[in-house]
This record gives sequence, C-alpha cells and structure tokens, in this order.
Amino acid sequence: MADDIMLSLEGLAKNFGGLAVIDGVSFRVPRGGRTALIGPNGAGKTTLFNLMSGVYPLDRGSITLDGARIDGLPVRRRIACGLSRSFQNIRLMAHLSVIENVMLGQHSQIAGLRQMFAPAQGRRGAPARVMAEERLRAAGVDCDPDAPVSGLPYGTRKRIEVVRALMSKPKLLMLDEPAAGLNPRETAELSAFLKGAAAEGLTLLVVEHDMAFVRGLCEHTIVLNFGRGIYDGPTAGVQDDAAVREAYLGTRGPPAREAGHAA
Amino acid sequence: MSGYAQGIVAIFCINLIFAYAIFITAASGQLNLGGAGFQAIGAYSAAVLSNAGWTAGWATVPAAMAVTALAGFLIAFPVLRARGVYMVLATFAFAEVVSGVLLRTKSLGGAIGMVVPDYLALPALAGSAAAAMLFVFFLMTTRFGLAIRAIHDDETVAGVMGVGVRSMQVAVFTLGGALAGLSGALYAHHFSFVEAQYFNSQLSIFVLLFVLIGGTQTAWGPLAGTLFFTLLPELLRVGGSWRFVVFGAAIVVMMIVRPQGMITRALADRLSPRHWRKAPPAIAARGRHGG
Repeated sequence: MADDIMLSLEGLAKNFGGLAVIDGVSFRVPRGGRTALIGPNGAGKTTLFNLMSGVYPLDRGSITLDGARIDGLPVRRRIACGLSRSFQNIRLMAHLSVIENVMLGQHSQIAGLRQMFAPAQGRRGAPARVMAEERLRAAGVDCDPDAPVSGLPYGTRKRIEVVRALMSKPKLLMLDEPAAGLNPRETAELSAFLKGAAAEGLTLLVVEHDMAFVRGLCEHTIVLNFGRGIYDGPTAGVQDDAAVREAYLGTRGPPAREAGHAA
Repeated sequence: MSGYAQGIVAIFCINLIFAYAIFITAASGQLNLGGAGFQAIGAYSAAVLSNAGWTAGWATVPAAMAVTALAGFLIAFPVLRARGVYMVLATFAFAEVVSGVLLRTKSLGGAIGMVVPDYLALPALAGSAAAAMLFVFFLMTTRFGLAIRAIHDDETVAGVMGVGVRSMQVAVFTLGGALAGLSGALYAHHFSFVEAQYFNSQLSIFVLLFVLIGGTQTAWGPLAGTLFFTLLPELLRVGGSWRFVVFGAAIVVMMIVRPQGMITRALADRLSPRHWRKAPPAIAARGRHGG
C-alpha cells in the first residue's frame, strides 16, 4: 500500500526524566522526496533524528522505513536497512584520515569475516578505496585523502560527513543542519549536490535553520515545536501558517496577559 | 651475546608481545590495567600443561593462548558493563583476583611458584615477538582495525555507521587475551619458573605505560614504548639506585613533550616512504629556504 512512502513515523514519544521532548510525532516522508524538518531551538529535531537512527531508545510509537519496522533494531542494524545520517556538530573521527572516515561509511556493506580481515584502507587502487575517492571528488571535496580530518576547514569537514553518510548506499539520508557554517557558495554547491543525489532516487530529510536553503531544496516541510508537529505541508506555505508564526515569533497577546508575565 | 644481553633481549621480546596485547584494546579506547592477570593465566596454563607431560614446549603455547583468550572473552562482558575509569578499575581488580587465587592454590605451588620443565630458547621468543608484531600491524590495516579505531574516537557514531561496538570490544579483549597468554607462556618456558608475585600490579601498570607512552594511534607505538622502557632502565644502571629517579623523571618529561605518545599518526605519516613519494613540491621548496 505504501509504495510511495519511504519513512513513516506513528505516535513517536520520548521523555527525558519528566520532560516530554518528543510528544506524539507522526509524519510521512514520500519516497524520493526532499523534506525539511524545521522548528525553533529545543523543538526536538535532533532528538527525533537520534530516535530514528537508534541512538536513543523509543518510549512509544513506531518507525517504518520502506515498509519495514526498524524501531526494534539496534543502532548498527539500521544503517543496513537504508537509513543514514549526518550530525549537527561535525562528528568525524578526529584521528582518522579523510579516506578512512569515508571508508568507515562503507562498514555496513561488509559481508562476513573475510572482508572484515581483508586489508582495507591503506592500499591504493583497492576497489573500496577507489570508490570512496570517487565519491569525494563527486561531492567537490578537494583535499589529500590521506590527510587527517582534524586540520581541515569547517566547510570541507561538513561535506566529508555528508559523503560518509552516503557511502552506505542509503534509501533515506537524514542531514542535521548540513548548511550551518557554510559560506553562500558552499551552500549553493551543497544544495545542487543534494538535488543530484535525490534525482537518483535518494530520499532526503533535512533539519536546517537556513530557510533560503530549505526553500531552494525541499518541496515539503514539517515544523516541530515543543516535541509536537505543528505544520506538515508544502514549503511555500510555511511562512503564512499562523501556528508556525506563533512558534517562531510569539503571540500578539492581549495587554492583560503581558502584564501578568511582567508581574 | 653475553648472558646479560640475552636476558634483556628475552624480556624485551616478552614485553613487546605483552604490550601489543594491551595495545589492541587501547587502540579501541579501552584501557586494560589488568595485563598481569592475563599474562599470569598464560604463564600458569603453560606451566601446568608442561608439568602434566605436554613435553614439547610448542604445544603448550597455543593451548595457553587459547585459555587466556577464553579468559579475555569471558571477562569482557562484566568489565564492559562499566564505563571509563570504572572499567579500568574493573580490569585492575580482575588481575588482583587472579593473583590472589594463584597465591592461595596449593596445587599451583602457592607462593613458592612452579618449575616449568620445558625450555624455549631466545630464537623462539624473537620469532614469536616478530610474528605478534606483524599480526597487529596487519590487523590495523584491515576493516577490523578501522572499526576499532573508529570506536576509540566516537562510539556512538561508530555504531550509527554500522559497527557492532560491543562485539568489537569483546573481540579486542579476546585477541588481547591471546597475545597476553602468548607472552606469559613464553615467559614460563624461557625462565623455567613461574611465581604469582611476578605478575603484580606494578607489571600491569608498566605494560600500560609502554603502550601509552609509546602511543596508541599506530602499531609503532608499543614498539617504541617497549624499547624505551626496557632499554632506558638498563642504560641508566651506571647511576646506581638513582636510576629509578631519573627514569621516573624521563617518563614525566615524555608525557609533557609527547602527550599523545612517542609515535603519533602524524609522525608515522611524515616518516613513511609513501609521504615522500607524493610530497607536494611546496614542501621541498620550503625545505630549501628554511634550511
């Protein structure tokens, strides 16, 4: 039935202590679509990503990826189901080189102990390494693949993280603020690169504060506030929605209420 | 070679294998402060089997490795339930338990120790040390090595990337156990005598220092650390009992000068021939101007 649905969340809930950080979130992400997930700080966007990728266990609800329930799977299994992600604060392995970080993204593709103990990252011309180098070039990352990542510029590291997430051949790529800290040229390049990936069948779910980037990339937007979905529709309609405006800008309340706050 | 030199080379070989045992777990971010416990299990396994009539020394060695690997595998589960410094203390406690059990077991000689009938000469030790070193170097170039280094840097992200973090940690404890068992068995067969007091907490601390001072980022680290720790105290012998003071000061200096260890990833890269082959001309030019 749900051939056109890539990801379906039903009634997701997560409490930290007594605080309901995610409080009954349900939405669907269409196959091959480019969907944005936005909301004010603390709305629960990153927590939602952590629930989907399995970093946090779920309190309630279900996650269905491409027709299969994944919420019961341990973290390491979910990437093999086709769910890959990047992180809000770049989380590349500081002591690994560029190529090693990218090749770590291939880990879920390894079949059996023989590949696990086959020589990997060092050898030039090894198919896995060649593929990783090609992906880096395709994403416009122009640096020595054997350089340690820790010394590279922010924008380059940000893109390496996206490439790493793509190495597992995901069906759904979740990006957590991919454009944060990029300059306008880099942002435009990233947007074009992601559009190209989506054109090849990849489904995108993007958390981003840069609304120009969101409008340029995503046709569909979900807005989250205080752990609840408050908008789910075309990106073009977001800024005219009353609930969204209230979430970002606050209410124009009656004077009596403001006086009450001040007291 | 004089008897003195032979003794140093033998201890160096045993310590080197021991250091690689600790290095494998350290490379994945788990510090094992119970190395002596694992080495003792290997040494006593070899001693018991040798006394039981496994006359050929070479047969007791793989058996001792298997027993110690099993110990590493089994102890990994309770130890890995603790995190950070508590995990380190758990490994330390494990070694103390091993030592206590050995001291109190009459059939193992108690505090008197055990004689080991079969003798393994220096070439066997050197060959084993070289093989252990090559094995770990190889391991670090595989996907397995990449995965454990990833766990060292960020467990959460390694898991998200599909690495089975827990099973990898158990695997490194098991492999580390096998190598520690090898070092213990070689110790037993070379010195023909084992006693529980040798496998004390100071040994556990020292072997961890070999690895940390040598550096955990590349497989060169344990070699550098073991050389430093085995040879420097001997070179300092001329200083009489002051040598321990000088040695301690040298360790402090090393930690200040090279907090990441003697051999870091960056240093290994700079020294590798591959780096020179593709060195950009800018470096050569800088070299000319900078002298």
